Amino acid sequence: MAQKENSEILKVQNLKKYFRIGKDKKGPIYVRAVDGVNFSVKYGETLGLVGESGSGKSTIAYTVVGMYQPTSGQILFKEQNIGMRAPKRPLSLKKEIQIVFQDPGSSLNPRQTIEQILRLPLELHTKTPKRQLREKMVELLEKVELPPDYLYKSPPSIGGGEKQMVAIARALAPNPSLIVLDEPTSALDVSVQAKIINKLMDLQKELNLTYLFITHDLSLMRNVANRIAIMYLGKICEVADAATFFEKPLHPYTQMLISSVPVVTEEEERLKPKKVVSIGEIPSPVNIPPGCSFHLRCPYKMPICSEVDPEMVEVASGHIVRCHLFSRTENK
Amino acid sequence: MNSTENVLLDIKDLHVWYKVYGGFLKVLNGVHLTVRPGERVGLVGEAGCGKTTTMKSILQILPPKDSKIPKGEILYKGKDILKMNFGELQRLRSKEVAMIFQDPTAALNPVFTIGAQIGDVIKYSLAVEEKSVQKEKIKTLSARALKEVYLPDPERILTNYPFQLSGGMRQRVCIAMSISSPRNLLIADEPGTSLDVTIQDQILRLLREIVEKLGTSIILITHSLGVAREMTDRIYVMYAGTIVETARAKDLFKNPVHPYTRGLLASVPKISGGGIAKGILGRIPDYLNPPPGCRFQPRCDYANSNCQEKPPQLVEVEKEHFVACYLAQE
Repeated sequence: MAQKENSEILKVQNLKKYFRIGKDKKGPIYVRAVDGVNFSVKYGETLGLVGESGSGKSTIAYTVVGMYQPTSGQILFKEQNIGMRAPKRPLSLKKEIQIVFQDPGSSLNPRQTIEQILRLPLELHTKTPKRQLREKMVELLEKVELPPDYLYKSPPSIGGGEKQMVAIARALAPNPSLIVLDEPTSALDVSVQAKIINKLMDLQKELNLTYLFITHDLSLMRNVANRIAIMYLGKICEVADAATFFEKPLHPYTQMLISSVPVVTEEEERLKPKKVVSIGEIPSPVNIPPGCSFHLRCPYKMPICSEVDPEMVEVASGHIVRCHLFSRTENK
Repeated sequence: MNSTENVLLDIKDLHVWYKVYGGFLKVLNGVHLTVRPGERVGLVGEAGCGKTTTMKSILQILPPKDSKIPKGEILYKGKDILKMNFGELQRLRSKEVAMIFQDPTAALNPVFTIGAQIGDVIKYSLAVEEKSVQKEKIKTLSARALKEVYLPDPERILTNYPFQLSGGMRQRVCIAMSISSPRNLLIADEPGTSLDVTIQDQILRLLREIVEKLGTSIILITHSLGVAREMTDRIYVMYAGTIVETARAKDLFKNPVHPYTRGLLASVPKISGGGIAKGILGRIPDYLNPPPGCRFQPRCDYANSNCQEKPPQLVEVEKEHFVACYLAQE
């Protein structure tokens, strides 16, 4: 166990993030965006965090990179507590964790040249002598397969895929060990997405990077992630290896998700679990239903589901499910 | 493409240009598309390929001052939409063709109730025949339309404003609007894209059920090949303003011919795993100065000098399977 713990680069324990949105007679009203999440990321792996909009996956990303102060819980990075906002983190730690945002159109300053965009992280985090800065920037562009003359272009003059490549180069500049990818390709076309994903996978091998990959696209995760965690309303409901996930999904929500994915081959069609018909809608995170948060849409609902929130149960090695269907058999 | 019999909509060699500073964006460059009665047709392509422009030209809702149709015909029931006068167009929009837009939040007016907005659609579709339409009749018809799309408590929803409904419910309202009076052709422009997967699944199932029940034809515009495969009978693949390949859904996925279709199909991540292909290099051409010949040629692995000279025409490679590529002609 001790050895296993050593190999974890990021460990999130009982993380909660509430946003106050107003108050009524009973007291303040909160959006419970992340409500008690546990997971860990091992060195060199890709953990896919999948969920629909409003499930809290981006909030986790932003908390890990220090854009939010967690309400409670712990985030350990290389066994160091990083449960604070970025300004309070030491510089040496900030450079270790970088992020790539969803929309490169708004994450890159349109008034800066790409040279200026890449220069700041280099000057701030690496001790590159001034003379070698340009060389270093060209090297970064090479890593993402962009020609050196792109240094003098500005973001609006290049394509969406190329912009995202620049954002990746910027994230690579301080030599990080963990990169948080927040839906890096969902604003792009599939043919461009394929190119960026392949580049990311190559870079991971080349530079020993660890990815926390956030997305709503399950089929993308099948090809990219080592392990996948599914989120629903601020909680994780299933964690498993990518392959197990699609062969043997256990949580009813996971089954509903996988059977809703539109596929392009017969082979995939056979892989889909028995159709779990999607019913109802995602409740508001202000008003999370009591008990299991999924029970309103669950086809296998039992009386206990609306009363008690299920525990995380490890049904097989590394396969964790949060559902009464499985916790009950455990008790027997 | 030989038969004129039994065709509801027939687009022939449609060109659409947009006026910008410095010239014209030559967006559509010879689009051919046919829809038969009761048929589900998919129009697939990446962002900026002209899918929505094609659909807007069917309804003639392109910006009138900034767009130009230099060439082409859009025959609806044998009559050219481009030559219709205002009254005929009104009739087309109110009685024949309905459109469902991608973003239901933008499609609904935030300051009017759902009832008022559906009521308008019904009023105008009826007004063509009857001069005075009773309020009561409109209300019952609106409530019935909402019931058709499985919205609970339709009477209450009629008095609601769009912001009081969720995204999925708003899209249901838009679908209800489009079927509130009988139509022959539905155009659905990415109806599930702005919604979550499980909600998208619900919306697509609903659309499919409605189309089957009413026997309406539908053109489903989507960027997702998976959605097109599950929803449609026949698929058109579009690239940079031209149709590059069209076939029955089954044939297209079994035997894609055009290099673009193949690249696109390979780029889609599969739930069976196995990694992702390298994607398609380059990006969609500049419409101000499109490349000569085949518009896909600058990104194509198989391009030769022939491709730069003249754009290839659609040729039939198997039954109902047309491809616009010189490779397929050899």
